[in-house]
Amino acid sequence: MTDQTALFEYLLRLGDNTLVLGHRVSEWCGHAPVLEEDIALANTALDLIGQTQMWLGLAGEVENAGRSADDLAMHRDVWDFRNLLLVEQPNGDFGQTLMRQCLFDAFHVELLTDLTNASDDRIAAIAAKALKEVTYHLDRSSETVIGLGDGTDESHRRMQAALDLLWPYVGEMFTPDAVDDAMRAAGIAPDLNDLRARFDTRIDAILTEATLAKPESAYAQSGGKTGFRHSEHLGHMLTQMQWLQRAYPGATW
Amino acid sequence: MYAQMVKSEASQDDPEKLAGFQARIDAGEKIEPKDWMPEGYRKTLIRQIGQHAHSEIVGQLPEGNWITRAPTLERKAILLAKVQDEAGHGLYLYCAAETLGVSRDELTEMLLDGRMKYSSIFNYPTLTWADMGAVGWLVDGAAIMNQVPLQRTSYGPYSRAMIRICKEESFHQRQGYHIMMKMAQGTPAQKKMAQDALNRFWYPSLMMFGPSDKDSVHSAQSMKWKIKMNTNDELRQKFVDQTVPQAEFLGLTVPDDTLRWNEEKSGYDFAEPDWSEFFDVIQGNGPCNTERLAARNKAWDDGAWVREGLMAHAAKKRAAKLAAE
Ligand SMILES: [Fe+2]
Ligand SMILES: [Fe+2]
Ligand SMILES: [Fe+2]
Repeated sequence: MTDQTALFEYLLRLGDNTLVLGHRVSEWCGHAPVLEEDIALANTALDLIGQTQMWLGLAGEVENAGRSADDLAMHRDVWDFRNLLLVEQPNGDFGQTLMRQCLFDAFHVELLTDLTNASDDRIAAIAAKALKEVTYHLDRSSETVIGLGDGTDESHRRMQAALDLLWPYVGEMFTPDAVDDAMRAAGIAPDLNDLRARFDTRIDAILTEATLAKPESAYAQSGGKTGFRHSEHLGHMLTQMQWLQRAYPGATW
Repeated sequence: MYAQMVKSEASQDDPEKLAGFQARIDAGEKIEPKDWMPEGYRKTLIRQIGQHAHSEIVGQLPEGNWITRAPTLERKAILLAKVQDEAGHGLYLYCAAETLGVSRDELTEMLLDGRMKYSSIFNYPTLTWADMGAVGWLVDGAAIMNQVPLQRTSYGPYSRAMIRICKEESFHQRQGYHIMMKMAQGTPAQKKMAQDALNRFWYPSLMMFGPSDKDSVHSAQSMKWKIKMNTNDELRQKFVDQTVPQAEFLGLTVPDDTLRWNEEKSGYDFAEPDWSEFFDVIQGNGPCNTERLAARNKAWDDGAWVREGLMAHAAKKRAAKLAAE
């Protein structure tokens, strides 16, 4: 793999994570349990879509084949997406959505922190901007996970169920492959073992305060960030997200 | 406008106090929450602000309907920001209503069980992407017509909420118009979508101002109190006069054969909407009334465990803090 190919793949991972999660979160619009949550979820989605424009925009530049961020978002099929399986999981109830958010945010904050020191200035600059937003996302999602975990019996039960359901998707974030290795060698990507340790410290503290039990099993689903095997959910999301562009090719909006 | 047919309450207060209150309003003073106010003024305002707040909340649904299908990342971001603004407007307005002694939860319950209304416009479906343009252009445009004068309303908290809201609404209207422009200048299919959206939203937008003045029984008292600043027909005329040239600029046809410029009144003559349709929608028989209320009820019911959980946690924290002191 050339460095350019690896860099393109790596940028797709960053941009597809924010695109797919941003889309999922935006599905809540108008349906949240309280008005403040509606506003906060829309705000999170908005930040993530903004980050997508930067990551995929840069991916298009690096690829140098004339594809814009929109082209990449709207004209690739499932196997070309490079997002983690975690972020394409359906929203479920509000607890499941916030648990997914918290697990991703804890990873995302640590990742972006490291990326602010990337040898590539463009990546460092996007990471610095995104880190400010994502730090706030983590504050909110962790607070909510804690509040609901340590709330009523019902909210506790639901949050534990959400954690058990989503935990198998945590491992993929930290399993290095050839792209991660190449990017690490290029002084861009962090050491994923080190990232995992920092993630665990954060998550352990949150789960303890939330009175939730971390699942025993370390089994990790994989296939999202390599694009080898996404879940069935992603295709349905794309049919919605890409529909207008696909149905009316060549139109500008 | 988001408050239609708000019934004003007659007041049975001390005539001297009433006269003093009216004098303050006539002098352009703002009434603040701690000031004395007639019971009718308070109740009418609760109804009007509440209805306006509910409209912002329910109004998220027809536009939220397209967020996941927005054609570009930028359009998605703009639409998300808009719908988020609308939720924020709901929040300011509920806060303004709370200064009158009614809680947000009480108002919400009244929306959900049908005792309170929201604007008829949000009971129409959004069927194509052009509807996102039409809603911003026409619906936010009509809302602005009403809300700009309400910045000068007599009730301080309401007036201040309106000032904040108006800034964002005019941005929404421009964004909507921009979508329409793209569509109207686009492919034949896009042009068709744009015209179709105008066809479906024109009369419902005219209905937003409420029934004709001759049938509008509640206006006089509200206008005296400066809760209502203009008559329904005045605002509707202003809206048509502003909107027709914009439609012409887009190359779209307003679906009204009787539309004529009237030199004498220097405004357009135009056809009234079908008021029986309006009353049907208000009665709950619009194309989307059932879905809109069901969606809000579902959000509220499904969210009960979340609200309870967060409240229980907050109570535990307070107790722990007290015990530590
Ligand atoms: Fe609004
Ligand atoms: Fe609005
Ligand atoms: Fe608006």
